[in-house]
Amino acid sequence: MSTTTQPAERAPRTETPVIQVHVPPHSIFSELRAIRIVWRRDLIRFVNDRIRMMATLVQPLLFLFVLGSGLQQLASSGTHGVNLKTFIYPGILCISVMFTAMFSAASIVWDREFGFLREMLVAPVRRSSIVIGKCFGGATVACTQGVIMILLAPLVGVPYSVELIVGIFVLQLLLAFTITAFGVMIAVRIKQMQAFFGVMQMIVMPMFFISGALFPVSNLPGWLTVLNRIDPLTYAVDPMKKLVFNHINITPVARHVLDPGVTWWGWRVPTLLEVGVILAIGLGCLGVAIWEFSSTE
Amino acid sequence: MTSGNGSRPTAIEVRGLVKNYDEVEAVKGVEFEVATGEVFGFLGPNGAGKTTTINMLCTLVKPTAGSASVAGHDVVTERDDVRRNIGLVFQDPTLDNYLTAEQNLRLHAELYGLQRDLVAPRMRQVLEMVGLWDRKDSPTGTYSGGMRRRLEIARGMLHSPRVLFLDEPTIGLDPQTRRSIWSYIAELKEREEITIFMTTHYMDEAEWCDRIAIMDHGEIVALDAPDRLKAGVGTDRVTIHTADDQAAIAALKDRFDIDAVMSEGHVTFGVPGGEEFVPRLFAELDVVIEGVSVSRPTLDDVFMSFTGTTIRDAEEDAGKNRNRMMMQMMHGGRR
Repeated sequence: MSTTTQPAERAPRTETPVIQVHVPPHSIFSELRAIRIVWRRDLIRFVNDRIRMMATLVQPLLFLFVLGSGLQQLASSGTHGVNLKTFIYPGILCISVMFTAMFSAASIVWDREFGFLREMLVAPVRRSSIVIGKCFGGATVACTQGVIMILLAPLVGVPYSVELIVGIFVLQLLLAFTITAFGVMIAVRIKQMQAFFGVMQMIVMPMFFISGALFPVSNLPGWLTVLNRIDPLTYAVDPMKKLVFNHINITPVARHVLDPGVTWWGWRVPTLLEVGVILAIGLGCLGVAIWEFSSTE
Repeated sequence: MTSGNGSRPTAIEVRGLVKNYDEVEAVKGVEFEVATGEVFGFLGPNGAGKTTTINMLCTLVKPTAGSASVAGHDVVTERDDVRRNIGLVFQDPTLDNYLTAEQNLRLHAELYGLQRDLVAPRMRQVLEMVGLWDRKDSPTGTYSGGMRRRLEIARGMLHSPRVLFLDEPTIGLDPQTRRSIWSYIAELKEREEITIFMTTHYMDEAEWCDRIAIMDHGEIVALDAPDRLKAGVGTDRVTIHTADDQAAIAALKDRFDIDAVMSEGHVTFGVPGGEEFVPRLFAELDVVIEGVSVSRPTLDDVFMSFTGTTIRDAEEDAGKNRNRMMMQMMHGGRR
């Protein structure tokens, strides 16, 4: 090892010609390529990280089967004979995606703390491409988990159907994208992992509890109704409920109690508008994230 | 200005470059040129503005005033063109330690859009150059500090940049690894047509450079080939251990008209023909001398002759300043 100080000793190798590559000029293809590579790196990292994969799988099962079975005894009268697991299934579909997406967004803080972010920041690509790649990456990883949750449907009394599966998948994809964009928006301002998790605790848990993932959203106390309508997650949980309840056999009364729908001053918000709200929030967060990320040095 | 390299095209050209952070002037209007194929060193204590300058040249930080061009492109208006033509090795590691060496390099190749068919052979070439080809499938998290730095150099070279920036490439490494890193850099310079711009605060490493700029408090105080800078000092360095340092300094001034200073706990001064001076010193100085050393000028002396302090003392000062600033911030100063 110490004998390698003389470059002359390695002279024979200089006979092979040096391979000269060149970096193509900046174009739209550079940006698409950058988006793809940032996206793919998130996937590679997810696959390499066994513990995170396991946690990703176990967590929703805990919610669904432990929480669902545990509270069942208390709730049977209130659910009009519908299994509690079935009732909370749409909510769990949403929050499992949400936690995973948030975790993906956290990787931007991680990358900053461990330096890799700089490698991306000095590459001849726009910062917006890095942010977009991150959001797609987070959405994809979250949807991987979402698919596993979809497969669990029969175990909670929801039969498979193409319409159901496609519907849930699209909703989850949209939600995962929005949550990742939201997380990235916060993450680009934060320099330390611990701080990020602190902020997450303050934002994610309330969003989850207020969203109506675990209870019907009608006849709530006034203050909670207001908070519920402000919570963006509400507008993902509600269409998910509609979708799932459309595919199970329950009495109209039970349906009305368990899936009353979100109202604004008595007006039933249509599904398409709810989806629009989620998409608009996602794009808004993405825009802010890009702006913030581009303006920091 | 380019000291004999005038015939070669300019790789880096810097004119009146300034960077201010709030009220702090980090870089105060530096000017220099680097010729193609040169190894150019930026030398100075921590906090002298070296990294800020390098960050401006790499388009990571926008200059407050002045202009700079790298590989013929302006760092502000032609940012992407500058980035395509430079390779970077940072002071802090920037590898993804969850990925293998090969995955790290492939990711880099993709980010820079290298031609698919050339990526594999080029990757092999740079990995062999730094002696990591047989470890390409290990996650970089399992690498030692020296291996990671070598891999970063290989990655910085992957896209055949015209200018390679190395910010403290050997900081925190043991002497043997530092030496091997330097042999890679020397080989690099020999094999590929490349300009190397580096910063260091190890004086001995600056000797590897064709030319060096000495930076202190945001300004370039000297710029030339290391040999010429040393020759310019014109004096040898004499360091004495005495029973009473203050008395010795006074006596030196009084008897020889020499301005001696305290540095790292000893009295030190520059004098022409140091070895001939020592007998006179013993004969004429009425302070007890316990030890004496005479050395030919080093870059340390060059630094001292231009700034009046050793690089290590300058760093201690900078450290104190930083602490003071931190205290001010904590006590309600504005962020």
